[in-house]
Amino acid sequence: MTLPIMKYDAVIVGGGGAGLRAALQLSDAGIKTVVLSKVFPTRSHTAAAQGGISASLGNSDEDNWHWHMYDTVKGSDWLGDQDAIEFMCRQAVDAVVELEHFGMPFDRLENGKIYQRPFGGHMAEFGKKPVRRACAVADRTGHAMLHALYQRNVKANTHFLVEWMALDLIRNDNGDVVGITALEMETGDVYIIQAKAVLFATGGAGRIYQSSTNAFINTGDGIGITLRAGLPVEDMEFWQFHPTGLAGAGVLITEGVRGEGGYLLNCNGERFMERYAPTAKDLASRDVVSRAMQVEINEGRGCGKNKDYVMLKLDHLGKDVIDQRLPGIREISIQFLGIDPVKEPIPVVPTCHYMMGGIPTNYKGEVVVPRGKDMEAVVNGFYAAGECACASVHGANRLGTNSLLDLVVFGKSAGNSMIEYIKSHGNEYKELPSNAGDFTVERLNKLNARTSGESVADVRAEMQKIMQQHAGVFRTQSVLEDGIKKIKEVYKRSQNMFIKDKSKVFNTARVEALELMNTIEVAVATMICAEARKESRGAQAREDYPERNDELFMKHTLYYNDGRGLVYKEVHNTPLTVDYIKPAKRVY
Amino acid sequence: MSKKVKFSLYRFNPEVDKKPYYQDIEVELDDLDKKLLNALVKIKDYYDDSLSFRRSCREGVCGSDAININGRNGLACLTDIDSLKQPIVLRPIPGLPVIRDLIVDMTQFFNQYNSIRPYVVDDRPMPERERLQSPKDRDELNGVIECILCACCSTSCPSFWWNPDKFVGPAALLHAYRFIADTRDQITKERLDDLNDPYRLFRCHTIMNCADVCPKHLNPTKAIGKIKEVMLSRAI
Repeated sequence: MTLPIMKYDAVIVGGGGAGLRAALQLSDAGIKTVVLSKVFPTRSHTAAAQGGISASLGNSDEDNWHWHMYDTVKGSDWLGDQDAIEFMCRQAVDAVVELEHFGMPFDRLENGKIYQRPFGGHMAEFGKKPVRRACAVADRTGHAMLHALYQRNVKANTHFLVEWMALDLIRNDNGDVVGITALEMETGDVYIIQAKAVLFATGGAGRIYQSSTNAFINTGDGIGITLRAGLPVEDMEFWQFHPTGLAGAGVLITEGVRGEGGYLLNCNGERFMERYAPTAKDLASRDVVSRAMQVEINEGRGCGKNKDYVMLKLDHLGKDVIDQRLPGIREISIQFLGIDPVKEPIPVVPTCHYMMGGIPTNYKGEVVVPRGKDMEAVVNGFYAAGECACASVHGANRLGTNSLLDLVVFGKSAGNSMIEYIKSHGNEYKELPSNAGDFTVERLNKLNARTSGESVADVRAEMQKIMQQHAGVFRTQSVLEDGIKKIKEVYKRSQNMFIKDKSKVFNTARVEALELMNTIEVAVATMICAEARKESRGAQAREDYPERNDELFMKHTLYYNDGRGLVYKEVHNTPLTVDYIKPAKRVY
Repeated sequence: MSKKVKFSLYRFNPEVDKKPYYQDIEVELDDLDKKLLNALVKIKDYYDDSLSFRRSCREGVCGSDAININGRNGLACLTDIDSLKQPIVLRPIPGLPVIRDLIVDMTQFFNQYNSIRPYVVDDRPMPERERLQSPKDRDELNGVIECILCACCSTSCPSFWWNPDKFVGPAALLHAYRFIADTRDQITKERLDDLNDPYRLFRCHTIMNCADVCPKHLNPTKAIGKIKEVMLSRAI
């Protein structure tokens, strides 16, 4: 053991919505907690969420959590675990009210209550008609939520290690997680952080694709670290393509545009969603809308000189509504395309947006993995929440606004589980294994020693190109098989990456190389899981297997990177208190 | 179509450089490289991996990539390359200690943010549901809550350069107003008392650099004026 050691009762990796909500729970309980983040917390990608956070407040329309639960199950294409979904939807109202109490500046209705707007797949009476359920702060809901949570943590005196990157998990002989290794970017020093409980809230990994709404920092660090620690990740084949990414730029244009009354047009000026989803139309689930758009483009009805995008029309909403409810997307489309949506429609394409899969957890935020006959044995001391986790509430397709809800509900839930676990621990820390940190040091030394090899930028670009071409909106066997071959070659190349800059102080070249070692794990997992799932469900659309196959594939995929390959586990069909929502054909 | 663009980059690595210097570099960019951040990423990827800068969302909501661009603070991700005179001179945002290249130590900036108690204080028992707030009261927070804490404003303010430890600075004062204006907050008096100080608030000399450079088009000077108005109306 050569690295210096720091000690905290609880270590939270990630300072976005989930990490900050968990931190609040732990800090308020007086637990010695630290939040590690690659960026200053308010720079986390939660800030980019736009449209809203779902809760059946019923402020504008009659609503209740049973309907919200039904929509979430249906949205997940019956791959979501119904106990976790019930847990989340039942907590939603309290979670949003709590955010209001934390000072989050929600938009308001005339009566002073929180403003709610319609959103994709949000329906009343078990799928019958649209309902206003998305609680919004204009089109900057994530930004407002992230800042409110950070502010609350300032009040709670939470301790932060800002611009620190987690590198590896430390597990003892029993498999329990007893700490992490981490890099302090400013100095280049590496530490062991010993802990009684570790929470991963590391966010998404959308940077595996060429075209993505995701930030540069969304590199799947938590997924890579988990896999390297010999633990599996779940349902990695399911990636959400958001229907409305800005053509060319990839920047997100919220579904709230359609919630407020905007709609999509093809090159003939046709509102084509009416053909694909007669009831919900442009507010069908995201997977449904993205596929419809892709079909329009593939069949030659796209717009522009290359016919490679469709149009999002909202000028009919009028300048006042746009400036009041959608000011951010107006700014974005002017900034990035020079198009003012008050006057003209916005060119949009389906764009990689969200990772439904992740580190397998239960609804308490505990990481659960196969051990012997038990498919969901708790890994002591290890927790995950938010996009990096798979509870699984989103199943094969996430509903818009359920992501922000996921962050606060499961951030809090994981925080509570950690408090209980830490209290049961007493004052003692579990002993670190004698070789703790060696694996990390070896990894870093190898990278440092290499003076020639593959450039990080080239490997990354190649990975993104392959993912875009081989694991896109529509998938087939041959394209995926080809994709596996190619992505494994890139993986091999990634083992030989080198950086010219060997300095210690704020070496972002090193950080990017370390990030890519995580991202490439995510890419390989995605391709392998997608090939193995020979059915279409939610975001996994197989042209060669166009139907959902409940008999063979109503199960979660677990992927290991260490030769164990794929294992499957059952979907939870026992909600906490209500009846099981039986599978049905998904029509919007 | 590719184009060649000239840059002059402020470089400083404390491990090897005794003092900062400028690196001149010509970069080949393509049509998709519209924003300054695209160019920085290209330089790092294909010309010099040692160039250090912060960046994340690349769409102007995270506030990471504030840089001094041809003498003016702005976000690299929102700045059009074509709008800039060449060579494009890039420096770290001024007034804060440089850690390396374009990366500054923002501790001082965040200390000031923390000093204004940046959270709604309301110690009354919370109702079961949301507290009510009229749309009009809520609208008062528009033009304030959009702040992304990029520090473009505070680091373009001469008063902040001179007294970063004593003058709260435009960004944190904008937030101070955010909590004073929020009808849910119950400690307006304490907030005003805290700011009623020759330095904390009153070092603002309405130079207006802050409003001029804000990439989100916010106006800290106006917010500072409103704080003064509230102080005055309370004093009467």
